[in-house]
Formats: sequence, structure tokens, C-alpha cells
Amino acid sequence: MKRGSRDYVLWSIGIVVVLAFALIPVIWLISISLKPPNEITDQRFIPASVSFDNYKSLFEGGIDDSPFLKPLINSIAIALITTVVAITLASFTAYAIARLEFPGKRLILAGALAIAMFPPISTVGPLFDMWRALGIYDTYLGLIIPYLTFALPLAIYVLVAFFREIPWDLEQAAQVDGATPWQAFRKVILPLAAPGVFTAAILVFIFCWNDFVFAISLTSSDASRTVPAALAFFTGESTFTAPTGSIAAAAVVVTIPIIVFVLIFQRRIVSGLTAGAVKG
Amino acid sequence: MAEIVLDQVTKVFDDGYEAVKQMDLEIADGEFMILVGPSGCGKSTALRMIAGLEDISSGELRIGGEEVNDRSPKDRDIAMVFQNYALYPHMTVRENMGFALSLAGVDKEEINRKVEDAARTLDLTQHLDRRPANLSGGQRQRVAMGRAIVREPKAFLMDEPLSNLDAKLRVQMRTEVARLQSDLETTTVYVTHDQTEAMTLGDRVAVMRAGVLQQVGAPAELYDQPRNLFVAGFIGSPAMNFMPGEISGGKLRIPIGEVEAPQGAGREGKVIAGIRPENFEDAEIVGDLTQERGITFEAEIDLVESLGSDLYAYFHVESEGIQSDQLADLVGERLDETGAAGMREGEEQIVARLEPTSKVRRREKAQLWADTAKLHLFDPESGERLGEKTAASAEAG
Repeated sequence: MKRGSRDYVLWSIGIVVVLAFALIPVIWLISISLKPPNEITDQRFIPASVSFDNYKSLFEGGIDDSPFLKPLINSIAIALITTVVAITLASFTAYAIARLEFPGKRLILAGALAIAMFPPISTVGPLFDMWRALGIYDTYLGLIIPYLTFALPLAIYVLVAFFREIPWDLEQAAQVDGATPWQAFRKVILPLAAPGVFTAAILVFIFCWNDFVFAISLTSSDASRTVPAALAFFTGESTFTAPTGSIAAAAVVVTIPIIVFVLIFQRRIVSGLTAGAVKG
Repeated sequence: MAEIVLDQVTKVFDDGYEAVKQMDLEIADGEFMILVGPSGCGKSTALRMIAGLEDISSGELRIGGEEVNDRSPKDRDIAMVFQNYALYPHMTVRENMGFALSLAGVDKEEINRKVEDAARTLDLTQHLDRRPANLSGGQRQRVAMGRAIVREPKAFLMDEPLSNLDAKLRVQMRTEVARLQSDLETTTVYVTHDQTEAMTLGDRVAVMRAGVLQQVGAPAELYDQPRNLFVAGFIGSPAMNFMPGEISGGKLRIPIGEVEAPQGAGREGKVIAGIRPENFEDAEIVGDLTQERGITFEAEIDLVESLGSDLYAYFHVESEGIQSDQLADLVGERLDETGAAGMREGEEQIVARLEPTSKVRRREKAQLWADTAKLHLFDPESGERLGEKTAASAEAG
């Protein structure tokens, strides 16, 4: 009992420290975003007065004049398209790798790992030239392709691990039950791999959402510029005012989709979904 | 419903291992056929070839008169019950059982009706909306059976369906399976390594060893007329006792005595004699008249096991050892069953099943009687049965 309560106290302290470490910068950011422009440098943690001017300025002028709205749409679209394409291709690849024996299987996995580990910055220069020559510089496609090259190996890796855990017997049971290989995959394997699929989807989405290197190098206008790159082009009200408030507000806004995304899919990542399929 | 015919069916795996060798087997419409054998004998592979989950390397497989070698599992109209049940964990019991029907495009009401009928038969009605994870082992097993029966397929294939249940439940489910099959009259192929299941469930039993079919016949036939040492040793629990023997001058000499050589043994020289535990008795219990048609001998009892209804007495006889590949294959199985480990060189352990009223005691000498009319004789080289063969067992060869 004594020992239990001491453990409890230690754990509580530990959790508070970790939470503070993780959350104080976020709270600070929210605090700055809520301060009116003339109070931003007042060094107070809790704003003296609350104003939503910074948020308003982000969306002022609608889609044409707002410095933020078009990049936000670009970010969402590019990240979503990349996620859907990467997850679809990766689930086919991972399924084949987990289920079939074929020559070059190890090579594919090793290659995927090697590509995922490749430093993105070293590809930026060549891509810039190639994309301009091909005419896809500053387009969605120009960002989706490099994102896919990094997201796909990541997704394949995560999914192979999940597919391997699914009992082979289930698929055979489905075949005997009259399913075509495609039906067995879609109705039995995919639902069981759902936790893995959503985990991979979240990782891919966050990777695309957070990317700055490709976004700043391969875009030149609001046609395809994503939020992380757009933030760098924010300007203050005059040449001599820093856009601190609006950057803080934008940072808060771009965090929201990630939180929503994780919350939605977290409910689908139900552990133990495969429990009870076969006697373990 | 349909008959299943295996004609010279062979399975060679990619690594060259021959799991099933030229198997010939005819399973009649509505018959309950058991494939039995020790692990690794190819019985599951044979079943999976019938299901279409393994390719057939050579030979022909016919279901209902049609060759199905190249048909995928879904086009064979067979249902399979897997050893680990292979229930779909993300579906409820109802969805699990109705899955095959919904794939076949049967309308919802029809599916519901069939699933509920099957659930009633299997006592699963109150579990229909639960998921497999929330069911007990026995219930999962019944769901797996239910998934097979709602489809009304041409045949049921069962791959050791009871081996994951505890002993008590297994006995209960065994009778359940037997009842279901006799109600439905669907052709059933049932794989097991448990010879009790084989003996009690099947219309006929096919014994396999190392990919080769040894004998096919009704359980009683396998028990009374085993074709070779392997079948003799595999069928029956406790297993048949074996001892070396020699025939000369019309007499058969075995370690427990000497008898007239049975007619039709047709040879002189060394043989292996087999006798089942129940063909022994305490000499004090059998009447004098009966005693005359067997041999009475004295043995020192090593161990007595009393089960209430029976009494097992273990003793040993002198022997220079019996060499046979077929028996060597059985050693592992026998160790599991009787725990007959710790045999010394130059001895054969013998188990006798005696009346529970017998007064034999451990480490004391006892007068035992053996019914030598029930002796089985085998050729020590080939392991084949010596003496007359019944028509059925000859045909199976």
C-alpha cells in the first residue's frame, strides 16, 4: 500500500513534467496568437487582453488576398492526395511482400528503407531543375511526387509488419467460403489491417503536412505553396513590424487538422481487433 | 452432395518433399471418411488438396463426377472447418456464418433464415450478435461448424476441428459432430491424429503413414484385421502389444508360450506377433474351459493402473528387440498415449487389460491368460499381415 502510493506520486510527477515540457510551447504559442499587436512583446505568459485580430488577419480578403487561405487549401489537398495514393499502393505492395514468395522481395524492402533514409535536401536541387524542364514546377504534382517517394516506403514498412500478423488461415477460409482473391483481400484482410492502415495514413499525412524543404524549394506562388512555406512569406503591417502574431495564429490553425485527423483515426486503431480469430 | 474421388493424387512440394504419394481413395456420397495418421503423414495436405488450397502435383481429383484439379476453392462448393477455426474477427457470429452466402449473392432474408436455422441447431442463437473474441473455445468451434453447414455444400472438410478443445469438451463436440453429420448426410472428410475420434466418428477410416495410404476400412475392420504393423499399432488404445515370434514345425513360439501356428500363416521362420490388451485376462477369472483355447503363463507385474472400469497391468517379456520402420514411426505417438518410456534393452513391455476385480499386485508374480485365437501375425521384413485377408482389406490394397 505504502509502496503503491509512493509509486503513484512518482508517476504523477513524471507525467506532469512530460506534459509541461510538451505543452508549454503550445500554450505559449496560443497566448501570443491571442495578444493584440502592441502587446506581443510584453513578455507576459497570460495575455493582458484577448484579441482575435491575428486570426482575422489570416483570412482577411478571402481566397484571393489572404496570405494563408490558399496555402491551407493546398496543404490539405496535397497531403490528402499523397496519403490516399501512398496507402493504396503501399497496401498492395505490403500484401504481396507479406504473403508471397518471389525473387527480389528482400531487395524491395531494403530499397524502400534506403529511400526512406535518403536526406531530402540532396534531391532538392536536381528536382528543381527537372521540374522546371518538365513544367511541373509549382504544381500539386510537383510536390506529390517527391512526397510519395518518401511516404511510400514508410507506409510499406508499417503495413508489411501489420499484414504479417494477420493469420493466413483467414484468407484461406474466405477462399473456401467462395471469395475471389480480391474479395478476400478487401473483405477480410483489409478490415483486419485497418489499424495498420490508419497508423500508416497518419504517419504519411503528418510527413506531408510538416514538410518544409520541398515546399519552399519547389513552389513559387500560392498556386501550390503549402502552409509551412507560406508562413515564411508572411509580412508585418509595415516593413519594421515582425509578423509574430499572425505567424503564431497560423501555427495554431495548422495544428488543428493534425489533431482532428489523429482523433478521428485513433478511434479506429482499436487494439486487439484480431483477438479471437484463431486460437492463440 | 457428392462423392469425392482421389485418383493417384500426389503432392510434391517445391523443395522436392513428397507429402502425398499416389493416393487412391473413393469417398461415397454422404459418407463420413476419416483421414488419420501421425503428424506429418500427409493427411492435412491431402485434405487441403481436396479443398483447393494446395495444388495437386499429379493425379486427378473428382468431386461429384467432375474433375476439379484446376478449380479454385470457391468453385468447388466445399466448406472447410479449420483447426484454429479461422473465424473472421471483425464480423459478428451472424456475419461469420452468413459470409459465404452473402458472397454468393443470396438475398438478406434468406441468409438470415439459414443462419438462424443453423444457430438453432448448434445452440448459438443467443450469441449471434457477438464477436468471436467474446466466445469460449467451444462456442467458436460451433461457429466454425455453423459457417460450414449454412452453405449446404457438396462436402465438409474438417481439419482436426476438435484438437484445440479441452478433453471434456472434445468428447461432447465429438458426439455433436457425429449427430450433425448423420442428420445432414453430407459427404465429410475429417482429418485427425486422434484414433479415438477416428474409431468413433467415421463410417470408414483411412490410415496414412509418410504420405502413403495404409488401409481403408470400417473402424471395426481396421481394429480386427489391420493390414500391417503400422495400422495395428496405430489403431487402438492402449496400443496393440508386439513381441517376436518364430514358427517352426507348425508351432508358433512367442515369449509367453507356444501355440499351434494359425492356419494360413503359410510360412516358417521369424514373425512379429501382436495381441491387444483386452485379449489378456487374469487366469483366476477366466473359466477352465476358456483357458484351454489360450495360453496361461506367469508374469511379474511391473505396474498396475486401475481406472475403475478396467485395470491395466504392465509386465515385460524377454525379447531380442523388434526392428521395424513402421513401429519406429509409432514410438512418438505411443509415448504420448501410454507413457511407455523407460523400456530396457532386451525387453518388450506388454499391457494387459484385466477385469477390475483382478487381484494382481505390483511387483508380484501373477498367472495371466492370453486369448491366442486373437493373435495377429506380421512379417518382420515388410510389416505386412500374415494369414488370410478379408475381401475389403485386399481391395483397398
